[in-house]
Amino acid sequence: MTPTPNHRTAAVEADRERRMPHRAFLHAREERNFRVFPALVPALNPKVALNDICLAYSVNTKGKLIALEHINLQIQRGEFLCIVGPSGCGKSTLLHLIAGLERQTAGEVLIDGKAVEGTGTDRILIFQELGLFPWLTVAQNVEFGMRMKATAKRERAAKVDQYLRLVHLRQFKDSYIHQLSGGMRQRVALARALATEPDVLLMDEPFAALDAQTRDLLHDELERIWAETGRTIIFVTHNVREAVRLGDRVVLLTFRPGKVKSEYRIELERPRHLEDLEVASTARDILNDLREEINKSLEAEYDHEASR
Amino acid sequence: MKRAASRGLFYLALIAVWVILAKLRVWPPYIFPTPWGVFEALWAGFADHSFWIAIAVSMRRMLVGYGVSVVFGMILGLGIASSKFLEETVGGLLVSLQSLPSICWLPMAVLWFGLTEKAILFVVVMGSLLSVTISMETGRRQLPKIYSMAGRNLGAKGLQLFLYVTLPASLPYIVTGLKQGWAFAWRSLISGEMIFVSLGLGQLLMMGRDLNDMSQVIAVMVLIIALGYLVDGLVFKTLERRLEERWGLVPAATA
Repeated sequence: MTPTPNHRTAAVEADRERRMPHRAFLHAREERNFRVFPALVPALNPKVALNDICLAYSVNTKGKLIALEHINLQIQRGEFLCIVGPSGCGKSTLLHLIAGLERQTAGEVLIDGKAVEGTGTDRILIFQELGLFPWLTVAQNVEFGMRMKATAKRERAAKVDQYLRLVHLRQFKDSYIHQLSGGMRQRVALARALATEPDVLLMDEPFAALDAQTRDLLHDELERIWAETGRTIIFVTHNVREAVRLGDRVVLLTFRPGKVKSEYRIELERPRHLEDLEVASTARDILNDLREEINKSLEAEYDHEASR
Repeated sequence: MKRAASRGLFYLALIAVWVILAKLRVWPPYIFPTPWGVFEALWAGFADHSFWIAIAVSMRRMLVGYGVSVVFGMILGLGIASSKFLEETVGGLLVSLQSLPSICWLPMAVLWFGLTEKAILFVVVMGSLLSVTISMETGRRQLPKIYSMAGRNLGAKGLQLFLYVTLPASLPYIVTGLKQGWAFAWRSLISGEMIFVSLGLGQLLMMGRDLNDMSQVIAVMVLIIALGYLVDGLVFKTLERRLEERWGLVPAATA
């Protein structure tokens, strides 16, 4: 693990400098190679790049709520990135921006160097509420993305079979969503996202509503599927331990406006477990860092209560 | 089983009370007929085909009038729900119009169309169009945003998104609207036919009154109830059961 909060500002500055022109970027990279924090070295072609993302909502004619402020992040191909922050820090919104469901006020989201303009099946978001379609069977849910692309029927059936097998739900392919348990629904959502064969999988607190046993199980499965399919995963959670358990890297966001507070590279050996000592102690360090932000979010909530 | 038994007992008791009251001759038979008198009237009505004809005529009007309201109600409802401006203007007007009993459209219809089939269809359409429209609109608005977001996320766009996501997602609301629309259309039709004489079940009912034939009045009433019940049971209950099989608990559609 390499905690780097002290060098965060420097990193952000460097990020801004290197955005353009290209040569300055290379220069900065070389220079930074001499430092002790390899986690912050931007690769030449990240899979996903968030460049100086800002997002503000106008609350009324006067007020403006700044949800995200100067977010700079690079995510490598095949990386498992976890984003952690208190509720209200805009971490879900960040995923919506990457998915193209919402639009940032300033800055750009790049996928393979190309700016995101709206939704695209190269990045699939698994919503916190899942958004499975209750009028379709499990198999029909999984093939939905392929149907929209008018994939041939036989190929669709084969893919459905493949991905349902991957999440161990083959015998439930003709069930309707309401007949499944929470953990099973979660796996349908995962299969539906994977069947669209996205390069980037965006997951928004997908396991928050599950019981501990089911969550443990799904952590293992997600880690296995990630290893098998080599997808890039951006995983949002408020659970630090979960983030340490799953991520190659954990990014901490501040409370309103959401900014990158610090980044941690998690170099613990896989497979990990939520109860591992190293996972717990790493999580504790990060949690200390996060505590301040959680307090801020709680205060904001109390203030809001008091002012009503 | 127990429910069916208690129901059966209840209806038996009801008929028994009816028989006793009729037998006691508390009121003369032309005011209070016997159950078999009603049964005979039913039998005679079907035997001389007058009931069949009335049913056919009324059902044809229902299908045409209701069909028109469903098509236009859906389009109108979806349109209103998709625009804030329309919702505030047309939407408000529709809600206030709904407090007008549909039979109130009859004088206008007669003046516009004369004593024709069109006039009665107009009343049926006005009776059910509003409720179909309003429940379509509420359904469309109450539709959880997550479905369309998920659809877009999985690559559905434009018409695809409408056909494969929005439409099936609003099905529970659509069914509620259709059911309500049918009930309103049925009511409007019968009351329209009662005032406006030209075949149909409503007219049969009024004919019973004109002939002072209480048995026929009750027979036609029973027929109207039975038809309403039949359509509800065969069409709408089946639709709702299908939905429930798929969705589990159907989201409560309020309209």
